[in-house]
Order: sequence, then C-alpha cells, then structure tokens
Amino acid sequence: MATRVGMEVSIAAAEAVKQANTDIIAAYPITPQTHIVEHLSELVNNGELDAEFIPVESEHSAMSVCAGSSAVGARTFTCTSSQGLALMSEIVYAVSSLRLPMLMILTNRSLNSPLSIWNDHSDVMSIRDCGWIQVFTESGQDVYDHVFIGFRVAEDRNVLNPFIINLDGFILTHVIEPIEILDQEIVDLYLPQYQPLHRLHPDRPVTIGCFGPPVLFTEAKKAQNEAMNNTMPHIIKAWQEFGDLTGRYYHPIETYKTEEAKIVIITQGSLGETASIAIDTMREKNEPVGLVKIRLWRPFPFMELREAVRGAELVVVMDRAISYGGPGGPLAGEIRSALYSEEGHPRVVNFIIGLGGRDVSPEDFIQMVQQAKMKVGDWYEIYGVRE
Amino acid sequence: MAKPENEITWKDLEVGFVVDEPGNAMVYRTGDWRSQRPVYSRERCIKCGTCYIYCPDMAIKILEDGYIEHDLYYCKGCGICVQECPTNAITMIEEEE
Repeated sequence: MATRVGMEVSIAAAEAVKQANTDIIAAYPITPQTHIVEHLSELVNNGELDAEFIPVESEHSAMSVCAGSSAVGARTFTCTSSQGLALMSEIVYAVSSLRLPMLMILTNRSLNSPLSIWNDHSDVMSIRDCGWIQVFTESGQDVYDHVFIGFRVAEDRNVLNPFIINLDGFILTHVIEPIEILDQEIVDLYLPQYQPLHRLHPDRPVTIGCFGPPVLFTEAKKAQNEAMNNTMPHIIKAWQEFGDLTGRYYHPIETYKTEEAKIVIITQGSLGETASIAIDTMREKNEPVGLVKIRLWRPFPFMELREAVRGAELVVVMDRAISYGGPGGPLAGEIRSALYSEEGHPRVVNFIIGLGGRDVSPEDFIQMVQQAKMKVGDWYEIYGVRE
Repeated sequence: MAKPENEITWKDLEVGFVVDEPGNAMVYRTGDWRSQRPVYSRERCIKCGTCYIYCPDMAIKILEDGYIEHDLYYCKGCGICVQECPTNAITMIEEEE
C-alpha cells in the first residue's frame, strides 16, 4: 500500500531519486534547485542511498560527470536551473547525440538579465532543440512519479535518450503537497536495473564521441531524429504501465473540460491548476471553455494536440518565455505549426505571462479569454505589462 | 564498417555514433589528405632516425638495414620530416592527380 504524506515537493523528488536506486548524482547548487540536491547529499551521507554524490565546481562539470557516468553504465541523475542549465548546455547537447540515458530535474527559473531567481520557462526554452525527452509537471505527485517514469523511459533499450522533468521553481519546488509515496516493491517492479547497450569498459573497448566527417554527419543526425520520434510509443507504454501499478495515468496531452469547447486554453506546467479554476468559473457562466495541458514537450505530440483542440474556434496559448523578434512564445509557434495543415483550423492567440515570477491568477485567465474573443486574427501580447 | 563510408546509410550507424570495433582507425586512409608527397634519398640518409621520432602519424618505418620508408597509406604530407632531416635527405613534391 502506498503512503500519503505531506511533503515539500523538492524533498519528495529527492526521495524518489533514492527509491530509484540511483548510482551517481553530480550537481552544483543553484536556486531554486538546492533543496533537492541538499536532501540527496544528506541521504548519501547518512548511508540511506548507496550512491556517489559528486559535488562539482560548475554545472559544466556536473553534466560532464553525468556523461562519463552514463557511459560506464551507471544510473545517473542531475538537477539544475536557469544559469546552471545555460552553463551546462554544451554537454547537454552532446549527451543526447551520444544517446546516454540520464535524468535531469530542471527547476524552471528565468534567465539573466535582469537577474531573477523566480520562475518562468526561458531556461528550458533555450535548450528546446537539445534532443532530450522533455516533460512538464503540474504537481508534486507528477514530479515524484516522473522520476521513476523518466529513468524507465531513458534507459529503455528502445529509447536510450536523456530525460528532463520540468518543474516550476518555487511555485512547485518549495511548497508542501500531499504526496503518495510508493512502496519500494512497486518501484523495483516498475524500474528494472539499467542494462546499457554500449558501455565504456576495458574488457571490450568502444569509442564514444568520435569525429563525424561530412560524409557521415547528416546520417548521424537523421538517426538521432528518427530515434527521438520513435520514443513516443515507449513513453506512452511507460505511462500506461505506471498507471496500471499506481492508478495514476499520464498522457502526452491532458485535457480538462474540452468536451464541446469552442475556446481552448493551452498551458504548460503549474499554470494548469490555476487555469482549471478559471475554467470552472467560466463554465458556470456557460462559456464553452476547455483546457489543454502540454505534458510532453519533446517529442511534441502533434497528433494528440490536433485531436485535443478539434472543434475549437479559438485557441489561447500561454507562454512563459519570449522568442525575441519571433512569433511570440515558443509554445505558440509550435501550436500554430501543429494546426496549420488542419482544414478550418482555429485562430491561435498567444499571451506571454508569468515572466520572472509574476503571479498569474484565475482572474487573469478569464481576462485573457475575454481579450482574445474581442480581437481578430492571430497575434501575441505580453499580458499585464504596465504601459 | 565493411562498407565504404559514402555507402553507409543512417540505419547502418551504431546507436549514438559509437565505434563498436576497437582499433578500426587503422583502416582509415589519412594518406588521402596529402597534397604533397615526401621523396626520400638513401644517398643522403645517415640513418639517424630523427624523421621517425618527429613524424606525428607514425607513418615512417625504420627498415632492418637502418634506412627508412614512408607509409603513404597514412602519410598526410605535412612535411615535418623534411624540416627535421639534418642532411636534407627528404624533399616534398606535388601530388599529381
């Protein structure tokens, strides 16, 4: 039987990393990720987790240690945020191209400058095309569960790809939530020992990270892209099997009251819970509004997205990052791409909200839906900015 | 990789572009890179072995009689042996193709 406890989400995430029997943890402290790695360091120090905790001198080194650790066949975990991710990004791209499975929890925080320790999605959007599988989480339970799901997917022989769990900084990391802690037997049943396909070992040498001349580079990239696209059914299978064991089922796209909705709000991460309160209020006033939440960001679930907004006339996309001089926010760009080929596709309006820790209330969602209805065409706007 | 490089498809590649066959750099013909080739004169050679030490690709073999031979399968034509030879026993000429 699972136990339900009140726990800070960061602590629950660290407990999951312990239950996943992680071998190597390499991380450098950065707000708002610190509670996760501090707790892991305690667990290792107290002998509760038989892992190597490698305190490195920078995030660049953290990801380099993770690359080596995964290459020798160890279950590998790291955790970072914002500037830390930016510093490690060189190696972030390398490990996915080398198909080295590992798990990263990214506690989303805005990128400098102005300096901000608070939440938005500009960090993860800066590595959108890094080739990692990327999910967004909405609650502490989502985060806890995805530690097991992330390792399971990343290490799957049919996948072999690193995995990022996005978790909104402070909004989720530092709050206490009810978490259902899984029995260790369930975790062990769900998450088998990692069996690497290739690994660095003197008994059978291989070269990992070799030169790719022009005659082979394009083939290497095609292989990587195909592999990423082919992860989709294995991610869905891992979610299905997790649901069968725990009763909690996850999907690439999750919906709330989208039946016969003419207006659909699209969110990522913790905004979903706030938006659902606004949906309830608007539904009470017979406004045909529904909510679509993007759980899986990479690989992007194009088919599921089209299905989820079918019948809608207006789609209101919420972005927590700006693509300067671009189409607005990165999520809106993706949604427009997904819908462009659909006959009679809905109008796509984009609001950029919640930058650098600015609160977004249910009332704001209602306001944005009203604004989107009033205007015509596809456009974007930074919501709530003082003129 | 038994196939020539330009016939390898994306499906032939190992996961993560791993080289799964230890030591296969031996089959890689770096001699293809050469635009000039070394020409060696036994008459001037004093068998000092300096060229052998300096060659960055180990493309110079010392023969049983102490003279040397360039391995043109690997020699990239960098000309370091020419620079280092104390008796000017090696010169470079243009590769003709």
